[in-house]
Amino acid sequence: MDLEGFGHLLLSGAWVTVEIALCSLVLGLIIGIVGALAKLSSSPFLYVPATLYTTIVRGIPELLLVLTIYFGGAQFLMWISSFWGYEGYIEVNAFAAGVTALAIAFGAYSTEVFRMALLEIPKGQWESAQAMGLSPRQTFFRIIVPQIWRLAIPGLGNLFQVLLKDTALVSVIGLNELMRQAAVGSASTKQPFDFYLAAAILYLLLTLIATGISAWLEKLSKPEMRRAKA
Amino acid sequence: MSWNWSVIWEYLPRLLEGAWLTLELVGVSGILGILFAVPLAFIRASNITFLKALVYGYIFFFRGTPLLVQIFLIYYGASQFDWIKDSFLWPVLKEPYWCAIIAFTLNTSAYSAELLRGAIQSVPKGELEVADALGMSPLMKIRTVILPRAFGMVLPAYSNEFLLMLKSSALASTITLLDITGMARTIIARTYTPLEIFFAAGMMYLVIAAVLIGLFRLLELRVNRFKYISREGQ
Repeated sequence: MDLEGFGHLLLSGAWVTVEIALCSLVLGLIIGIVGALAKLSSSPFLYVPATLYTTIVRGIPELLLVLTIYFGGAQFLMWISSFWGYEGYIEVNAFAAGVTALAIAFGAYSTEVFRMALLEIPKGQWESAQAMGLSPRQTFFRIIVPQIWRLAIPGLGNLFQVLLKDTALVSVIGLNELMRQAAVGSASTKQPFDFYLAAAILYLLLTLIATGISAWLEKLSKPEMRRAKA
Repeated sequence: MSWNWSVIWEYLPRLLEGAWLTLELVGVSGILGILFAVPLAFIRASNITFLKALVYGYIFFFRGTPLLVQIFLIYYGASQFDWIKDSFLWPVLKEPYWCAIIAFTLNTSAYSAELLRGAIQSVPKGELEVADALGMSPLMKIRTVILPRAFGMVLPAYSNEFLLMLKSSALASTITLLDITGMARTIIARTYTPLEIFFAAGMMYLVIAAVLIGLFRLLELRVNRFKYISREGQ
């Protein structure tokens, strides 16, 4: 495979891919926790929107979501700014739009993972924490969160794999990540097969690294599964 | 910005045209994919080391890389080689429609082969022994015992995979096909009303997904009907 000096271009693209994936992961995890709490709350003002969010987002293609945020976002922002009398054209930053779209998609799925994890924790723990005088916030951060991580990590690991592959969709809105750089390279060398194969191999490597890290985190979250040191 | 409902109604027929192509892509590659997945799953469940490793490599590649790369590899990648351009394959590989079908088929067969392998391996041993005791040939055993049982077990997981494929089919729009997403993008290029048209497109995907979920429930009841017969008799 001869990449004719475009190898570094692919590597820089791979780095952008990693950046997109990590930013969307952080945002998506926050959405997921908030979403799960909203979905489990007894107030219909919280659980109805949360249920609508997960149902709709999980039912529409991620590509459509990326396009909607990028092109629709511009339309929406121009509408908002028109209230302040600004009538010019606004372009949405591709990186921000891509990360937002992927985080919204990841958040919908991680909401379900966190919800299942929260349901696994016995209600009695909330009650005994209350009996011991902990505030709901203290209970959540000190008693519940340390336990949901270990329940959620296997599911979240799978979701991160999907997220990593979905970052390729952001190339459609022109962000210079791995897929886009492969397209640039193949257009100027007329060797599309070599470039897309190289991109595929880089994606495989990234997936392998992600699998390794989530397996390591899973082990870390379960101290009782570690073998005792002799 | 004022929300423009009329643009949705005006372009609804075109979006429905796109919906038809989406259904066609998902339907054709779904059927081809499952047909292709059956032999792969049997190899994965078998003891033939060499073939097993080969199939595992195939599954690893198609599950570990983005579908978009796979589509581009087939659609753009094939044109790099003159021997493909000169061969009988070219009339097929130059059509974005067939490239999308090939990519979706290969992709979904990798995912469903793994699901099917799990089901094949969990067909109760007793049933296989009974089939042997009745003197069934290996092929007959596969056709009348293993496959029907495996399909019944795999259906819930497969319906999930099928819905994921429905969503992935939006990628066909990146190689100029006018499925729901592709049609929506063409319309928006003309009207510049992204929010309205993407909203309509999203609703179409939701409706299709809801109908598919219902159909899979019915299919599940039908395939696993032996589980419910005793209950109906009461």
